[in-house]
Amino acid sequence: MTITSRKARIDKLAENGDAGVSLVASAWRRLRRSPVFLVGAAIIVAFVLIALLSPLLAPHDPSATLLLDQVSKAQNKIPDPQPGYPLGGDDQGRDFLSRLLIGSQQTLMVGVLATLFGLAGGLVLGTLAGALSGWVDTVVMRIVDVMLSIPSILLAVSIAALFVHPNQYTVIVAVAIVQIPVFARLLRGSMLAQRASDHVLAARALGVKPGAIVFRHMLPNSLSPVIVQATIVLATSIIDAAALSFLGLGNPDDSVPEWGSMLGRSQGLLDSHPELSFWPACCIIVVALGFTLCGESLRDALDPKNRR
Amino acid sequence: MALLEVRDLTVQFRRRGEEPFTAVDGVSFDVDPGQTIGLVGESGCGKSVTSLAIMGLLPRKGNQVTGSVRFEDTELLSLSQSQMRDRRGRDLGMVFQDPLSSLNPVVSIGLQVTEVLERHRGMARKAAMVEATELLDKVGIPDPGRRLSEYPHQLSGGMRQRALIAMALACRPRLLIADEPTTALDVTIQAQILALLKELVTDTGTALIMITHDLGVVAGLCDEVNVLYGGRVVERAARHELFAEPRHPYTHGLLASIPRLDAPRGEKLVPIKGSVADNIPWDGACAFAPRCPNALDTCTQVTPEQESLANRLLRCHNPVEVTA
Repeated sequence: MTITSRKARIDKLAENGDAGVSLVASAWRRLRRSPVFLVGAAIIVAFVLIALLSPLLAPHDPSATLLLDQVSKAQNKIPDPQPGYPLGGDDQGRDFLSRLLIGSQQTLMVGVLATLFGLAGGLVLGTLAGALSGWVDTVVMRIVDVMLSIPSILLAVSIAALFVHPNQYTVIVAVAIVQIPVFARLLRGSMLAQRASDHVLAARALGVKPGAIVFRHMLPNSLSPVIVQATIVLATSIIDAAALSFLGLGNPDDSVPEWGSMLGRSQGLLDSHPELSFWPACCIIVVALGFTLCGESLRDALDPKNRR
Repeated sequence: MALLEVRDLTVQFRRRGEEPFTAVDGVSFDVDPGQTIGLVGESGCGKSVTSLAIMGLLPRKGNQVTGSVRFEDTELLSLSQSQMRDRRGRDLGMVFQDPLSSLNPVVSIGLQVTEVLERHRGMARKAAMVEATELLDKVGIPDPGRRLSEYPHQLSGGMRQRALIAMALACRPRLLIADEPTTALDVTIQAQILALLKELVTDTGTALIMITHDLGVVAGLCDEVNVLYGGRVVERAARHELFAEPRHPYTHGLLASIPRLDAPRGEKLVPIKGSVADNIPWDGACAFAPRCPNALDTCTQVTPEQESLANRLLRCHNPVEVTA
């Protein structure tokens, strides 16, 4: 028996004994079995489908005041549910169901874009701080600390109020800026952990250049908590964006429906027509819940301590 | 002329508000081309710090490295960071202890091997892939073509260490430092990896610095052994001399604490009493004195100097007598 064939046989045994499963694969396996994730995912899928297909689903033009003749400000009257208008109309005589459906588009766009911009900003700052350390790290992290010390909705309101002409894009900017510090801090933390890791030391021992160390060895390994955070932040973004619209810092053009501004319009009618507040509020809560459930179960699934 | 000359290498960890801690204290040794040198000692004796200092991998902040590390005609300690970076991986390779954590989990093996080839040998991705396949084959990884596209978690421990060795040897460095390369592996794989290292070193004429706490590894591999204690070399001898007649009480204790197949039944192992925590500073004493069975009064009063004996270097006031 030669050494090499013995070596080969032992290697073969070792190989078979180690049927490795990647973190992603094992996370996905656990996600599929998690009822929390399935509920969250179902909500998100339904929400995205509705947002994409709402122009086809909506029975009427959301900005057309079709039922204006049934509105009476003096008598505090708005159109009741009736054939063709299952949820009735709003205080302008516009079909409420259509406005709810079309409103999902704004919510999806603002939520996703604000999170993406926040994520992008956080990635840049977090990478800078984690990769360069030293005074860059100190400066970035102090700014982040200051931003985190202000309640997020207060900060978002302050930023949104800076714009002379508020619209849905200023909402996106305001909400995105508020999310940046969370991502930056998270990424910086895991970058620092990566910097001290064995594989980064091994890469340095091979003479790999600093740029490649950061972008090939540190950053990709630092992303998973940030991605999880992004799904949870989607929920926060949606709520913050709705809050800004509710407070009148969103798109002033009322013909484009948005759940937050619909809620804001109907607060005066809360006594006589609570359903006008109920439906948009319900939509916001359910969608935010969907993203939160997904994010939480994703975090649990990606936690290596839960691997079996 | 030696390939690597380490002279009086001293590493101090300095922290604000704390006494500087000397992790490596005037270590000197030579490595000739093709030679295998062992650095042996228990945890905390400074063997890993020595290797990191040679590689220039200690963070410059908070660490003071003095002395001289000459590689061929270059003083490595005076090179700039980027010059040192060009050397690492090309002239000096290093293999680490834990093969799983030393590989990047999100990058395929192929990309990690070709990264070195592209970096130091300026190869294009395609050529580097071909070369990487050969490298993996050379270190005994079966089916190297498939392994290139796999990720570290899909490889067994032995294969991971082989892949790391392939990466370290990709640019045919003249010096390879192996920092406990077999500690995280089980015994069968250990034997294979050691055989592989020996084979590669002999084939390519690479000098090897083997850092280990395992005297079995030393016995099988090293031409010359440096025993480190408290950051200083306490005994240096060729392998046979060291194992046949350990003179320093520490070396003697290390060897006595290894179970032997030829020992009579029921014979007890003799451990070295105490732990590294019992060390005293080298200033005006021998750091090993509190744990030393041979300690004299002078051992806590005078620092033992390094003496050259016939076949070894020794740092001890009261060495173990040679039993004829």
